[in-house]
Amino acid sequence: MAETILELKHLAKSFGENKVLKDISLTVEKGEVISIIGSSGSGKSTMLRCVNLLERPTGGEILFKGENILEKKFNLNAYRTKVGMVFQSFNLYNNMTAFENCVKPQMIVLKRSRKEAEEIARNFIEKVGMSAYINAKPSQLSGGQKQRIAIARTLSMNPEVILFDEPTSALDPEMVGEVLQVMKDLASTGLTMLVVTHEMGFAKNVSSRVVFMDEGVIAEEGTPETVLVNPQNQRTKEFLSKVL
Amino acid sequence: MNTFEWIGKIFSEYWNEFLRGMGNTLIMALTGTAIGFLIGLAVAIVRTIPLTENDSKFKRVSKKIIDVILTAYVEIIRGTPMLVQALIIHYGFFVSLNMHPLISAIIIISFNTGAYMAEIVRGGIISVDKGQVEGAHAIGMNHWQTMTNVILPQAIRNIMPSIGNEFVVNIKDSSVLSVISITELMFISKQAGGAYAQFVPSYLICALIYLILTFTITRILRLLEKKMEGGSSYMICGSQSDPDAQIRVVKEKDNG
Ligand SMILES: Nc1ncnc2c1ncn2[C@@H]1O[C@H](COP(=O)(O)OP(=O)(O)OP(=O)(O)O)[C@@H](O)[C@H]1O
Ligand SMILES: [Mg+2]
Repeated sequence: MAETILELKHLAKSFGENKVLKDISLTVEKGEVISIIGSSGSGKSTMLRCVNLLERPTGGEILFKGENILEKKFNLNAYRTKVGMVFQSFNLYNNMTAFENCVKPQMIVLKRSRKEAEEIARNFIEKVGMSAYINAKPSQLSGGQKQRIAIARTLSMNPEVILFDEPTSALDPEMVGEVLQVMKDLASTGLTMLVVTHEMGFAKNVSSRVVFMDEGVIAEEGTPETVLVNPQNQRTKEFLSKVL
Repeated sequence: MNTFEWIGKIFSEYWNEFLRGMGNTLIMALTGTAIGFLIGLAVAIVRTIPLTENDSKFKRVSKKIIDVILTAYVEIIRGTPMLVQALIIHYGFFVSLNMHPLISAIIIISFNTGAYMAEIVRGGIISVDKGQVEGAHAIGMNHWQTMTNVILPQAIRNIMPSIGNEFVVNIKDSSVLSVISITELMFISKQAGGAYAQFVPSYLICALIYLILTFTITRILRLLEKKMEGGSSYMICGSQSDPDAQIRVVKEKDNG
């Protein structure tokens, strides 16, 4: 049976007068891979950043397994280990090697022993095909390599959900494939993923649901076929005609 | 006797005094810079603690009060000469406490350096890419963990040149502490010159020793910097020698 893992209820976010998210409601079942598409400025990143509480919503609720994450006593840092985030700009810790990037957070936040953390990190670094670069500093890695380490770092925390904010947008075209392949492999493991992307191929072939955002609301959502092939909403059609 | 002969005479007679003065100058500058750095680090960390709506009213009010005190400390120290600070602190407090002059001098320099270091460290923290903080928060690190594991290591590396610069400045500026009778280089020179009423030769010796000290130390620091410099490094300017200087990021680093 499907089990709800995340629930956004009438989520709203304003920056001053600027209402970026107006009324977002979205239910995410465990194991779903949801692609979030929409034109620039429609609020995709803001929505994702609200789910991770890098931005505090100004209205509505976010439930994680039925628990309101906006409550005062909610343990935010424990939640963030369960809902990981992968950024467009990677955000690897520049003062650490690729390996330490994956090891240290486990020791610091999850209080794992170094031995255990190293074992877990090694395993995920291998999964993303980066074993050869374990001792490299971020500045020595290409964009695609950085992003794969960033994904391994997030996976090392054993999250239940991963939020991806345009993970391939900062990459040279020839590196997009390697990162998408890693994400595709992840999707098949049953991990819950929310992916803001401009990669229509990924949205169509890998995700189980597509959400189209427009001016701070979800204008259309459904299976990839319905949203991408037979869109009903005029704005979706316009958007797709521009990107496809 | 001409000046050169006087220099020779004074130095041959007082060379061990000059060395002692040089030793005290170095001790004061080194410990003062080190302790000042720790003060600056602490001030900068406290000032960057973020407040959210979720924090209690008590926490928010105390944080505001502490911020005001720290800002006042930084502004007052940076806005007044160390000479004046030394006279007030020494004669106002330390004399009645019967404090050893060298200890009192180190406290004064540390206190003074701390204010400049607070600004330098703050600049270093600001210079670290914002994505580094988000990368740490998003994985579940709290403010303290983010600072100690991710931000400060990068910030400190970036401000190494400025820290070295503070050390060199302290070697020179500690000379004003001769007014509170510390037997540092300047004080010794005054005494040695006074013995023969020949101040210029004595101060020339003094100047030469300062120059040798700062010249060697600057070279050593530059070597160390080169060794530490990795693929991406940049320098923060803004220090005691140029108090009004904005903290500038000279060489932007690449995104990580
Ligand atoms: N921290 C902020 N302060 C003020 N305004 C912001 C902030 N973050 C985002 N915005 C504004 O919110 C709007 C939506 O931004 P958001 O980044 O969510 O869009 P997006 O859909 O992710 O776009 P893109 O495809 O370009 O990444 C924009 O108008 C942006 O200027
Ligand atoms: Mg965005």
